[in-house]
Amino acid sequence: MNTIKEIQEEIVDEFSMFDDWMQRYEYMIELGKSLPLIEEQYKTDDYKIKGCQSQVWVHADFQDGQVVFTADSDAIITKGIIALLVRSFSHQKPEDIIAADTQFIDEIGLKEHLSPTRANGLVSMIKQLKMYAIAYQAKANN
Amino acid sequence: MTNFPIDKIRLDFPILQRKVNGKPLVYLDNAATSQTPKQVIDCIVEYYSLYNANIHRGVHTLSQEATDAYEAAREKIRVHFNAKHREEIIFTSGTTEGINLVAHGFSKRLKKGDEVIVSALEHHSNIVPWQMMCEETGAKLRVLPMLPNGELDMNAYADLVNANTKLVFVNHISNALGTINPIKQIIEKAKKVGAAVLIDGAQAAPHIKADVQDLDVDFYVVSAHKMCGPTGVGVLFGKKTWLEKLHPYQGGGEMIDQVSFEQTTYAGLPHKFEAGTPNICGGIAFGAAIDYMNTIGFEAIAQYEHDLLVKATQALLEIDGLKIYGTAKEKTSVISFNIEGIHPYDIGTIVDKLGIAVRTGHHCAQPIMDYYKIPGTVRASFAFYNTFEEVEALVQAVKKAKEMLS
Ligand SMILES: Cc1ncc(COP(=O)(O)O)c(C=O)c1O
Repeated sequence: MNTIKEIQEEIVDEFSMFDDWMQRYEYMIELGKSLPLIEEQYKTDDYKIKGCQSQVWVHADFQDGQVVFTADSDAIITKGIIALLVRSFSHQKPEDIIAADTQFIDEIGLKEHLSPTRANGLVSMIKQLKMYAIAYQAKANN
Repeated sequence: MTNFPIDKIRLDFPILQRKVNGKPLVYLDNAATSQTPKQVIDCIVEYYSLYNANIHRGVHTLSQEATDAYEAAREKIRVHFNAKHREEIIFTSGTTEGINLVAHGFSKRLKKGDEVIVSALEHHSNIVPWQMMCEETGAKLRVLPMLPNGELDMNAYADLVNANTKLVFVNHISNALGTINPIKQIIEKAKKVGAAVLIDGAQAAPHIKADVQDLDVDFYVVSAHKMCGPTGVGVLFGKKTWLEKLHPYQGGGEMIDQVSFEQTTYAGLPHKFEAGTPNICGGIAFGAAIDYMNTIGFEAIAQYEHDLLVKATQALLEIDGLKIYGTAKEKTSVISFNIEGIHPYDIGTIVDKLGIAVRTGHHCAQPIMDYYKIPGTVRASFAFYNTFEEVEALVQAVKKAKEMLS
């Protein structure tokens, strides 16, 4: 299993092949379309993060000491970014998730999507991922 | 429209020269805020460079100059909206504050059993302050419904108005759909039962020159930033008879006559409602903005914008799966739309990459979105400084977004 850092570097590497924003966005839209990210049963208000413009759903599970995330959005570009976030954070140990950052999103030229004022739910979603990790860590330590 | 001096007008707006994401800016979010011509920017620079001072209090020259300029702006605004008295023009921080001021005043006057009517087309600014007022007084909020084309249901209005109706508040033009509401009819009907009417003119002010005496409206509120002026300033027009009756909104300096710890008496109008140091420069620049728009002329503006609207509507409707929300017979240059199967946020994101500024979301009018059962729309709103080439750029960008997203 690769570390979060390694996965994020891999993503940065993949994005370096693209010449312009359009190719980057086309790739993200593809990601958004191809991935069934969350089971329908979790697409409810209980799992929803209100982002105002686009909505995000997040679900977490704890398996063999690792947190497994699934997530989804009704907007496809938001969903593409979620795919990248889930890829780097899921199947990782709680302490690693708590310590990780999302600098790689800046490096692949998608910084504006993580602006707290963007109202797409992504910033709250990242907070939520970390909250799950904190909760599972506390549970594991009990 | 052949002789509209669009090239000359565009030179007045420095911001229109800038690039966004490497593309020339196409600014189509005018319903949210309009751009500022250099005549207004110059006025702001001049104020801070030459005569910045507090008003209505100093005897020194600067204070006198600033006071004169501020009061001259009030007079310009009075003339523009054809108010009868200068005291009927209250400077505010914008439409939202104007509405809150009136709602606060009515909180002291209404009681259980009274009814107030809000339209289904309102901006949250013209809903929430009244809900707060109703909570406080026990008055009942009744909703004037809309029709599928984005017009108000005037038959339903006739049934809603009754002897208990005390207040009606409706926008002149809907910010989310562009519908021009039949406010004259709405006011006439309300008058018959003695109800007061507040018209939210935030969206109308950049397109239509309202005549408050002809309308016989009790309150009319606007924001400068929607009509080429700066942010953080606006005006409440209120009939003198009403303003005299309403309780002050905020206490502070400027709004008093005599103060002792036992009792304070309030200043006369308009100062009774203008507590504290106002946005002096903003008020003066608002006057300059009104001058600017009147120089171009509201009739010419309306005609040119109508032509932009027609062209944009036709061209957008040629895109497969595109649906326009708000197709009222009378509407301004606002187009709210969605493309089947695509989230408005995604369209907004892609067209921004192409240099085009549109708004996406619920446009602070969630009840309208609920009515159509949609999360939001993409809204392109045109101003008199937009061009037919920009309409074409929008259409091409939306086509490109559709291609990428479907
Ligand atoms: C119809 C309408 N009413 C009220 C407002 C609020 O104006 P402001 O934010 O300037 O107070 C707006 C602005 O978006 C509007 O469009």
